[in-house]
Amino acid sequence: MSAGTDKLAVTVTNIVPLNDLVTRFEFQRSDGGELPTFSGGAHTVVEMRDGDITRLNPYSLMSDPMDQSTYAISVRRDDAGRGGSLFMHNRVRVGDRMVISYPVNLFSLDLRARKHLMIAGGIGITPFIAQIKQLAATGGRFELHYAARSAALASYADELTAHHPNNVSIYHDDQAQAIDLVHLLDGQPLGTHLYVCGPKGMIDWVRAKAADLGWPREAVHYEEFLAPQSGKPFEVKLALSNKVIEVGEHQSLLEAIEAAGVDAPYLCRGGACGQCETDVIGYDGKFIHRDHWLDDEEKASGKKIMPCVSRFEGKTLVLDR
Amino acid sequence: MPNFEFPASIKSRPVYGRLEPRKGKFHLMIADGEGAEALIELAAADGALMAKSHIIYIPRDTGAGFAEKLTALGPAQLYIGPSYPAAVPRLRRVLADAHMGLQVYLTGTEGLMGQAMNEAMAAGIPHSAIQTEHRGSLARRMQCVHCKGITEDVMTDPFVCSHCGLHLFVRDHYSRRLAAFQGVRVDAEDPGNIPDPVELYS
Repeated sequence: MSAGTDKLAVTVTNIVPLNDLVTRFEFQRSDGGELPTFSGGAHTVVEMRDGDITRLNPYSLMSDPMDQSTYAISVRRDDAGRGGSLFMHNRVRVGDRMVISYPVNLFSLDLRARKHLMIAGGIGITPFIAQIKQLAATGGRFELHYAARSAALASYADELTAHHPNNVSIYHDDQAQAIDLVHLLDGQPLGTHLYVCGPKGMIDWVRAKAADLGWPREAVHYEEFLAPQSGKPFEVKLALSNKVIEVGEHQSLLEAIEAAGVDAPYLCRGGACGQCETDVIGYDGKFIHRDHWLDDEEKASGKKIMPCVSRFEGKTLVLDR
Repeated sequence: MPNFEFPASIKSRPVYGRLEPRKGKFHLMIADGEGAEALIELAAADGALMAKSHIIYIPRDTGAGFAEKLTALGPAQLYIGPSYPAAVPRLRRVLADAHMGLQVYLTGTEGLMGQAMNEAMAAGIPHSAIQTEHRGSLARRMQCVHCKGITEDVMTDPFVCSHCGLHLFVRDHYSRRLAAFQGVRVDAEDPGNIPDPVELYS
């Protein structure tokens, strides 16, 4: 359990395949009540009960933040992943009951902005869909630049361009169309805030270019959920709980801690929010840090680990948990 | 003139740094009095900076000698004006025409920095992205919490409100919105019992 992760019992009410990779899932409360409103950019953590394994994967909410009847997420199938997206695509059916978390927002709009400049790559479009609905309702000024591999894989591009023809630009990689970032960032009015969501390479590129052009750090927002990656199994001693646990090949350290019945904090489960930061008491081996929460110095210190996405290889690891 | 080390205080009291050159296509520098010295040091730290800079300078009582030195830095634009209020229309115009990537540098007295920061914030720059460096006079811009009038360049504690005439105690409680410290009647509970004024930080 974790702060801000109260659960909602929901029923799958609609499943809409959008293209070869992306499918939308819609949920309503199983008790017929209203869902909480949220703010654009929020995500929900979806619990997937797959036999003995429980997966908890975060997905951006992409429905209208003010619509309390239905939540929607869009899931990109990752055939090489640990199975969460495959479970959603292959096993979930309309009418299934599922448990999702209350919305949590780690990628909210800064409403002091004079203008919101959004850059999306691939499935990174999803938080922007909810943010644009929020801004459209409040008359906010925005501009979206959305890059996708091809027209067929550009989920929601048609809908976005139809609703906001003057605010949305689409770029298709297979037609060698690319965002002209330097010209885009140059000449934006004072008070513009920049938002980027997409693959790591894109986020790094946009942040570096913005910093280079003198954009304040406070005006640049980004979100990238990392999926935990598989790795060699390893053993961990949890000092406070006095338990020794085994982290399986396809399990994250956080999932293994939870499976052992130990209450560990978490929020995003994607290496971004910092909530699950855990002190290391002792180790003999090497850390595989994969989060973007700890800084390089902390990663090198051997004193901290983010169990949602990071792993360990070696003989012993003792955590203060 | 070296930088003054302000004693530790409450959280609302502004803290100033040291100006450093930052990346960006256009740089706006606003200074008064001895703030000119900080700009001269800034120019020395990055030789290419001034060609991309607009300086708004208010010499006040102590800065007449700096005009020539600032001209010699070769800024893209240099405005020297008689007072901060006289410079405000220019400042607003520069900010209205500016784009993201603009860097703002404020240096000199607290009153100047606070008021110019307000303009920059109103134009959409996050306050934490605006650089400041205190130079020169320690005088404060004070708001009387009773009549709401602002008294500029307060040098003593207590002081007499230039609007309502009350004797006011100088607090470190600062309003970013007003760009002023708060002055509270010093003899509110014992009218007429007014301590002798003491020079600030002396």
